Amino acid sequence: MISQKKEAVLIKILVYSGTILTLAILVSVAGYILFKGIPNLSYKLFEWKYTTENVSLLPALINTLLMTFLSLLFAAPLGIFAAVYLVEYARKDNRLVKLVRITAETLSGIPSIIYGLFGLLFFVTALKLRMSLLSGALTLSIMILPLIIRTTEEALIAVPVEYREGSYGLGAGRLRTVFKVVMPSATPGILAGIILSIGRIVGETAALIYTAGTVAEVPGSLFDSVRTLSVHMYALSSEGFYIKEAYATAVILLVIVAGINILSANVAKRIGRRMNDKN
Amino acid sequence: MNKQRYSSTYAISPKKRMVKRMNIKNFKDNCAKIVFILAACISILAVALICIFLLANGIPGIAKIGVFKFLTGKVWKPGNSIYGILPMILGSIYVTAGALIIGVPTGIATAVFMSRFASKRTVKIMSQAVSLLAGIPSVVYGFFGLVVVVPLVRDLFGVSGTSMLAASIVLGIMILPTIISISEPALDAVPNAYYEGALALGATHERAVFRVILPAAKSGVTASVVLGVGRAIGEAMAVMMVAGNQPRMPKGILEGVRTLTSNIVMEMGYATDLHREALIATAVVLFVFILIINILFSVLKRRAKL
Amino acid sequence: MTKIKINNLNLFYGSFQALKNINLSIEANEITAFIGPSGCGKSTLLKTINRMNDLVEGCKIDGEVLLDGENVYGNMDTTLLRKRVGMVFQKPNPFPMSIYDNVAFGPRTHGIRGKAKLDDIVERSLRDAAIWDELKDRLNKDALGISGGQQQRLCIARALAVEPEVLLMDEPTSALDPVSTSKIEELATSLKEKYTIVIVTHNMQQAVRISDKTAFFLLGEVIESGNTERLFSVPRDKRTEDYITGRFG
Repeated sequence: MISQKKEAVLIKILVYSGTILTLAILVSVAGYILFKGIPNLSYKLFEWKYTTENVSLLPALINTLLMTFLSLLFAAPLGIFAAVYLVEYARKDNRLVKLVRITAETLSGIPSIIYGLFGLLFFVTALKLRMSLLSGALTLSIMILPLIIRTTEEALIAVPVEYREGSYGLGAGRLRTVFKVVMPSATPGILAGIILSIGRIVGETAALIYTAGTVAEVPGSLFDSVRTLSVHMYALSSEGFYIKEAYATAVILLVIVAGINILSANVAKRIGRRMNDKN
Repeated sequence: MNKQRYSSTYAISPKKRMVKRMNIKNFKDNCAKIVFILAACISILAVALICIFLLANGIPGIAKIGVFKFLTGKVWKPGNSIYGILPMILGSIYVTAGALIIGVPTGIATAVFMSRFASKRTVKIMSQAVSLLAGIPSVVYGFFGLVVVVPLVRDLFGVSGTSMLAASIVLGIMILPTIISISEPALDAVPNAYYEGALALGATHERAVFRVILPAAKSGVTASVVLGVGRAIGEAMAVMMVAGNQPRMPKGILEGVRTLTSNIVMEMGYATDLHREALIATAVVLFVFILIINILFSVLKRRAKL
Repeated sequence: MTKIKINNLNLFYGSFQALKNINLSIEANEITAFIGPSGCGKSTLLKTINRMNDLVEGCKIDGEVLLDGENVYGNMDTTLLRKRVGMVFQKPNPFPMSIYDNVAFGPRTHGIRGKAKLDDIVERSLRDAAIWDELKDRLNKDALGISGGQQQRLCIARALAVEPEVLLMDEPTSALDPVSTSKIEELATSLKEKYTIVIVTHNMQQAVRISDKTAFFLLGEVIESGNTERLFSVPRDKRTEDYITGRFG
């Protein structure tokens, strides 16, 4: 008897200390970065042009936005259409579906450095797109494709069959049903997937250093090299002269990530509410 | 009367018009379907291209160096055209193992807490915390490692600090959200009947959770660990920033190591010819590791019905 | 001899009163059946005896349940209580582990470690549950791989392995086929020599076949209780009569 009680106490200690450790890690990572970084935030970091003097992160921030926009421009329609095919058109035992599933799963497991290398070999070298905004965005769009496919699929599957039946019952075709009935109710879920993808793009470094390069300027064209904020942060911390600025950049990255989290939590809440309405 | 006027005003009868409209609709539907199929094929195309380009650029290098020499060579000296990646293979494995030692118990404990100990409110806050942890960019983790973990190791053990230990700690932190976010739903999915059954036999809550629910969720929990391995072995930037990156056989947890990933990142920028091919070949080896892990993960995931 | 005595028991789920002023005695070495339409509180009362209702959020209980004269809602340790009062559920719920580990789970929980001792307990419990012959050659096989009827008897064996004094059975045959049902009924009858059994059933014939005492529940109240033969042949309450002659659902 006593042994079970002792065991229970031991398990409790184990579970609680693991949990506390996890929370402590989060608090110390975020807390330390904020504590050291916020004092280093200065208007100099937000000057229009990057120089070795001001070490401005504004160009990198703008590049991050451009990179995000461009990657989503490629990946979002492709991913959403692919999911529409998988959920609304294909039969479940279809060979093609299986192959798409397997390859999407494979893609989601590939580490970003391999994407970076592939981007370098394919987009930069073979397609001669140079180390550029475009090469980087194309590389990232493949990287986030499986994420968008999966989240969109989940969102589409969650739409009740009755909606579709209702639409078909009124004589609407499949395409009309998908776009006028299914997609609107799946929008929050799809949006959540896109927000998650933004998070991955913003945080990406390894896939970009050899595809988009490290030029700290706002590009004049799609074929110019750019550095995003994460790459910028990597460059600063590896050079060693700019630790203060690196702290400040980390703060900006953290704020963006936290913002993305809050946004996706709100979207998730909307999904939850909708589900409740249905019941 | 009415009907007559109808047919005289329009060139084609209403019935025919209907058929024509149906045809247009079918045509549009079919076009859309083709577009959707093509979009779905992109991921097949992408995997094919990645395989082709990695293999086409990596295999010749391996062939020139010799498979055996490449995989089991203990020396990596591009200056002397010696390309052995055993140090990096071992480096990746050791660092990953270290990350698991730190990350797995912590992650599973946290998942157990969230699934079976915490109140709904706490779970909500915790999942926010976990997704924040998952969202922090790897370069920020690397930086944190560089300014906190490395000095800590240096001060505690009187060594240079950049080391296998530092890399393992940073990676252990980075795989936490992966382990938690996959283990927790697996634990949640265990039927309550098991829990009640254990309690009805006089088991404490803790014993029921650890001896019945956790074993029942083992496929899902194992899947989370496997995915964590994939994350750890594939991570490049954070590891590179704290591991020291000496291309030699790993000497101990307080010494520096180089992983497969950091080997690629460190040298790809200036490598040419055989050196470049050897780096791409390094990526091929990494890719094979990852494929094995992926297959393992999907088998486990299917078994856990996640 | 009275094994369990329930005095002035009221149970609330939030603001809903599920049990109203229950007074009932349960005799040792007898089978007591709880019958009544679904939602009448019979399962709820069963679960108050081993305090499984503690798991339900917002569940409040007043009154007392005396086990050998000691109030289970006093300072009795729930794990000790549940060791003394075993339970078999409506749906068979063997753990997803081997047959052997299922039966050994309870004894191990209560501190029994030795292999020989555990082997002994496993065999004895499976014999008592009349399933030893069917399972003895596959003790290390997954318990989820056997039939539903066998699973339920395995669960009974698992409950017996901790040597309880009371066995609570919550509609134990409702998910089973007629052959398995009759096996469980036989088993229950043979077990009453050693144990006090309380069985909830929605099947009146089952109550007649196996129970010594019966309590009829309606809307959270015990309408009538007593000797099974007497209750079914000369019910004292009009509502009992209506129920057993089939006028309620």
